[in-house]
Amino acid sequence: MLSYIAKRLLAAIPVLFGLTVIVFLIMAMIPGDPATAILGSYATPDNVERLNRELGLDKSLPQQYVIWLGNLLHGDFGRSYTLNRPVIDEVMERFSATLILAGTSLLLCSVLGLLAGVVSAVRQYSWADKAITFVVLVGISVPSFWLGLILILFFAVKWQLFPASGMYAIYGGGDLKDLAYHLVLPAFTLAVVATGVIARLTRTAMLEVLRQDFIRTARAKGVSERGVIYRHAFKAALVTIIPVIGIQAGFVLGGAVYIETVFQWPGIGSMLVKAISTRDLLLVQGGVLVVAAAYVLFNLAADVIQTILDPRLR
Amino acid sequence: MKQFLAAAFASLALAFASPVFAQTPPNVLIVGQIAEPKSLDPHAVTAVNDFRILVNVYDGLVRYKDGTLEVEPSLATDWTISDDGKTYTFKLREGVTFHDGTPFDAEAVKFNFDRMLKEDHPFHDTGPFPLAFFFSAVEEVNAIDATTVEFKLKEPYAPFLSNLAYPTGLIVSPAAVEKDGKDFGRHPVGTGAFKFVEWEANSRVVVEKNPDYWDGAPPLEAVIYRPITDANTRIAEMLSGGLDVMVEVPPDSLKQFRDDAAFTVYEQAGPHLWFLILNTKEGPFAKKEIRQAANYAIDKKALVDNILQGTAEVAAGPTPPAFAWAYNESLEPYPYDPEKAKQLLADAGYDGSPLTFYVTEGGSGMLDPVAMGTAIQADLEAVGMKVNIETYEWNTFLGKVNPGLEGRADMAEMAWMTNDPDTLPFLTLRSEALPDSGGFNSGYYSNPKVDELLEKARSSTDQNERAGLYKQMQEIVKEDAPWVFVANWKQNAVTTASVENFKLQPSFFLMLQDVAKPQ
Repeated sequence: MLSYIAKRLLAAIPVLFGLTVIVFLIMAMIPGDPATAILGSYATPDNVERLNRELGLDKSLPQQYVIWLGNLLHGDFGRSYTLNRPVIDEVMERFSATLILAGTSLLLCSVLGLLAGVVSAVRQYSWADKAITFVVLVGISVPSFWLGLILILFFAVKWQLFPASGMYAIYGGGDLKDLAYHLVLPAFTLAVVATGVIARLTRTAMLEVLRQDFIRTARAKGVSERGVIYRHAFKAALVTIIPVIGIQAGFVLGGAVYIETVFQWPGIGSMLVKAISTRDLLLVQGGVLVVAAAYVLFNLAADVIQTILDPRLR
Repeated sequence: MKQFLAAAFASLALAFASPVFAQTPPNVLIVGQIAEPKSLDPHAVTAVNDFRILVNVYDGLVRYKDGTLEVEPSLATDWTISDDGKTYTFKLREGVTFHDGTPFDAEAVKFNFDRMLKEDHPFHDTGPFPLAFFFSAVEEVNAIDATTVEFKLKEPYAPFLSNLAYPTGLIVSPAAVEKDGKDFGRHPVGTGAFKFVEWEANSRVVVEKNPDYWDGAPPLEAVIYRPITDANTRIAEMLSGGLDVMVEVPPDSLKQFRDDAAFTVYEQAGPHLWFLILNTKEGPFAKKEIRQAANYAIDKKALVDNILQGTAEVAAGPTPPAFAWAYNESLEPYPYDPEKAKQLLADAGYDGSPLTFYVTEGGSGMLDPVAMGTAIQADLEAVGMKVNIETYEWNTFLGKVNPGLEGRADMAEMAWMTNDPDTLPFLTLRSEALPDSGGFNSGYYSNPKVDELLEKARSSTDQNERAGLYKQMQEIVKEDAPWVFVANWKQNAVTTASVENFKLQPSFFLMLQDVAKPQ
């Protein structure tokens, strides 16, 4: 198992390396440069050239890339032009905020999705199944940023039950309770689509497993219905569901971009959007690298869990 | 499922019956900003959003008089200008100290400008200083004695004083720059009415009252600036009590705040101009009559009333009325007159050749550029001008417009906000300000008379003489119509009703020295 994990981690290195090259190339290809972005209407050719020189952007692209890579190997992610602070500080701060939001969301969508899927499958074609299928369909179809705004409108503005934005109260607060309070709306919004996907998949997987011979055998053996469903069927179905949850983890990280903007959550998604529009190359590189590494790790974790659950894969 | 969710929400809400929605304490003002500041080093930034914090933490040698764009003493108590307009000598205010306790004196002033302008200064690497060219006319700065400082200019440069009043001219503590180096922008130290307390990234910037402020301690105990980039979220925070002040309210939401007694809406016209650059070098707009026809054909009143919903006023010429002393009151906007436009087009022999129109998706001061571009396209088509819009993201757009429109486009949207009546025409309307010589005259307008007036106004140090020259320039430019003059934006803000003495300035800076919030 350990050698398997090590092999997978090694395989991730060229992936991450290739990614940095792609990001670098894309950022170089899109028109506009940081100096123009900083200077705005004052971006005369003279001013742009002078600023680029001061930012160290007058070197050729391959040169810039090699310098960046060299610094990276020494653990130096560089300094953001637009924020005037080390990239690594900003990225880690932002990424932990995203992890809190995405983690809570993932937990929420896994629990709700599995629960809904199992209930749906066990009571196929019942009233509950139909209601769940309907709600799930709506959940998958609703654009999440719109849902976020609607939730803000009702829960924050109209009823004032939850705060509209931010991660902590701006005055006082700052403890765990405060954080949880600010998490409710964004985490729920972010979880909705993933919940739907997981619920649908769980339903299908459960239905398939429930029709298999070993379930009939278990029932014939006199195992209680609850035992059949949770100990036998659910465990078997999980094997197909876990990788999907792994993929959803990536999806939740990606979806966080919109949700973070709507709820002003200080996460890495909103940071990346801004960094791209201001052409802050080093910040984009640092952010993408960290997110990609996390994505690789999530998928690896999902595969490892799957291997543990399913002896056939060992 | 739905019931379950409703129950879950309700129980969560009960569990967290915390006082998040309680009012913020008296005299702590929470300001909703449109973005996180880039830096709190006034020499390193370019955005109005950052200036809103800086002008409360720092002072300059001079500042804009309340409600105007004219300069008055601040850290300098008075000054003299030599007859040749090349030497400015400032007498500094005595007994002023920076928030870190170090004294403000002539050496400190010299340090500030040398750091920005001299590449061999030991702290020049704490930049870059993108707007340092505001002071490119400065040859040297000399500390004559502790309270006298002298600026020697390479050539007479009339906007020098108003550039000193701009945030790029705010004075930072040399000791703090020496201590924090490149990180000074995160640990700002000035002489202003508020002292910096903390900057929690992506969450807030906190400043507190400076009880020893030379111009009288402010009534507020503290100000908290919150960056909220999404306009809808900013509105939601304002409505739910999370903010005391919100700037840049989208036009659609102003009415909602106006109709609610719990809020007060403020508006202030500023030195802003929204216009269309016309390519005077080639294509239809090389003819003056066709450029004038475009000015007649576009219904500016409808743009301002319907698209901008009254958040701007129709512009008459190249200089915004906010520069009251230099503005030509007798100038009337081109009226909306499609018949006249058609007549002019016919007389000029316009052959119906299609026009390429660069439109941006958004950008600093650009208001609602896509909707405005589309409406302008419709107005021009109504008089028989076929317009093809090309839309670009802001940085890409600047990269296409700033090098000049030749061979690519006939017209482009643009907006400028400046601090002196000199800046915009000098950089965009002179024959010598063409893109290849480092200027912004992207439409290649050239009129020797305008060049002469602008050169003369720049080297004069007498405000009345300058005013006369600018007024003449405005008349000629309006007649020549190198641009379509569209709108002057009014900045707006909303406060809760309990905020007192709040005022917006024509400079668009958010001065909070006199603001109070007793409850």
